Amino acid sequence: MEKFTRLEQTAIPLEIENVDTDQIIPARFLKATDREGFGENLFRDWRYDKNDKPISDFVLNNPTYAGPILVAGNNFGCGSSREHATWALADFGFKVVISSFFADIFKGNALNNGLLPIQVSDSQLETIFEAIIKNPNCEFIVDLVGQYIEIPSIDLQIDFEINSYKKTCLINGYDDIDYLINNKHKIIEFERKRNA
Amino acid sequence: MGKTLFDKVWDSHVVDQLEDGPDILYIDKHLIHEVTSPQAFSALNDKDIPVFRPRQILATVDHNVPTLNQHLPIKDDLSRNQVAKLSDNCEEHDIELYGLGHPYQGIVHVIGPELGITQPGMTMVCGDSHTSTHGAFGSIAFGIGTSQVAQVFASQCLLVSKPKSMRITVDGELKNGVHPKDVILYIISQLGTDSGTGYFVEYAGEVFENMSMEGRMTVCNMSIEMGARGGMIAPDQTTYDYIEGREFAPSKAEWQQKLKYWKSLPSDPDASFDKEYSFDAAEISPMITYGTNPGMGIGIQEQIPSSQNESFKKSLEYMGFNHGDTLNNLPINYVFIGSCTNSRIEDFRVASAYIKGKKKAENVNALIVPGSQQVAKQIQDEGLGVVFEEAGFLIRQPGCSACLAMNDDKIPAGEYCVSTSNRNFEGRQGPGARTILASPLTAVAAAIEGKIVDITQL
Repeated sequence: MEKFTRLEQTAIPLEIENVDTDQIIPARFLKATDREGFGENLFRDWRYDKNDKPISDFVLNNPTYAGPILVAGNNFGCGSSREHATWALADFGFKVVISSFFADIFKGNALNNGLLPIQVSDSQLETIFEAIIKNPNCEFIVDLVGQYIEIPSIDLQIDFEINSYKKTCLINGYDDIDYLINNKHKIIEFERKRNA
Repeated sequence: MGKTLFDKVWDSHVVDQLEDGPDILYIDKHLIHEVTSPQAFSALNDKDIPVFRPRQILATVDHNVPTLNQHLPIKDDLSRNQVAKLSDNCEEHDIELYGLGHPYQGIVHVIGPELGITQPGMTMVCGDSHTSTHGAFGSIAFGIGTSQVAQVFASQCLLVSKPKSMRITVDGELKNGVHPKDVILYIISQLGTDSGTGYFVEYAGEVFENMSMEGRMTVCNMSIEMGARGGMIAPDQTTYDYIEGREFAPSKAEWQQKLKYWKSLPSDPDASFDKEYSFDAAEISPMITYGTNPGMGIGIQEQIPSSQNESFKKSLEYMGFNHGDTLNNLPINYVFIGSCTNSRIEDFRVASAYIKGKKKAENVNALIVPGSQQVAKQIQDEGLGVVFEEAGFLIRQPGCSACLAMNDDKIPAGEYCVSTSNRNFEGRQGPGARTILASPLTAVAAAIEGKIVDITQL
């Protein structure tokens, strides 16, 4: 997994609530057997019309906004457990998603792929949306080590929560799988006791 | 203080606890399918890690299979490749696979219970969010991402933080024509799509106590639609009767031993929950959804509410509805009866009992997709197939089908489909398709009438 510590970049506002993983990557694009290339079909049916022409008023097609930070409405990533949604966001270039609420499975998938989900309050999310829309070039500082995001242009700093184990994993690029394998002796002992 | 059903099962599966971190949770059964497993197998191969406990894994194909001519090679190259990849992976890692043509093949959440694999007190996972279905048996069952599928392959464990607990109690008696699907759609409409996030739900009260196992599965299946990772119902005599005698159910001395354990599982009377809700069964009517998330549900006679929320307005625009509209009498051209929510034999018994001697409306395309080969066989053995065919319904072969439209079973853009599935997201049943979630009874009634009707008013 790629390491994450800090970035200073601009953000893209997606002012829609309850964005489900079927929108992030529709099921018909889940036929691949590897993890590559899902970014091409990220938000496919919002980005392109039925003739594959870009839909100009969708935010990812708007040249005003750019950056590896996606700011999205409440309850982002609900629905299907498909990790392809995370792969699509990461493949497209996103490294951070900010929302006022994340669905559980999405949040876990994101953390397992080095995509940092940051939860802020409803009013903070409002402020962030306003800041980007007023000034699309406004810079965000996302600091995982210090657990805060900062928008210097509006003098805003928000601390965020993250599980300390997951934080360590992201900073060092560790996978859960490595941790579990290193604890196999405990797992075998657990099985032995249960079957005794 | 007493423990909840959830606490009892969870705590007995904790291998180790990390300080200020997740638990190492032991997984008894891991179900896999063709869509969310290939990248997990690759992750293992890349790291040269073997599958730790292949006997605790069961594979089937469901999401990406055609529902016609399953004996022929799959036409679509990508789908054929994905299905073949699962066969190769299962063979390489010595995992049992119920592939196309196998008498046990079917939707992963239909076959687990019907084969007696799903049992009370177990931990179960699958790379599919509707794994919550298995909680109907009093097991902890939840959906996981592909990275986690790889973790379970490698260690038969997951690193997960223990969710909080919620109890939803529904007491009283359901009105005639109100089905388990209506109960769960009602609950989600009252609580909202994110109300359960971070929680594991226990459904309790007379309504669930009196419900069949198949009804309980429908309810637990949709727990994820309110954001809950899983939903559970305490095992009781109904549960034991369902399991006994099934292919992989315990027997003889093991049965007695298991039964003793299962009977110890229900929440203690003094157990406390982090959150509690209760509802009155008499308040629940046949439900229907009007928007693009499962929380946007109303009684069929009710009017679509109004809201200034932009996402709400966008949703109504997609569906072609206005606030104040009633969906009763709305003309529809498509009906889908299937999915891991409602494709078990009981669903088809309800459907056929209603349509016997009737014909579907001429304009309606009505699709019946059994949840498994065993259900498909039961449909024929019980004579339901003839009823469906005479009424003009198409019966297909088992799979997820039009629930997520990965295969050719898609609803055309702009069309309304009354569907017994679990998600009414934009484009879920095909680009531009408009899904209206309902119970199997409401769905067949719509197919016969060519419009949405309130079965309790007919």
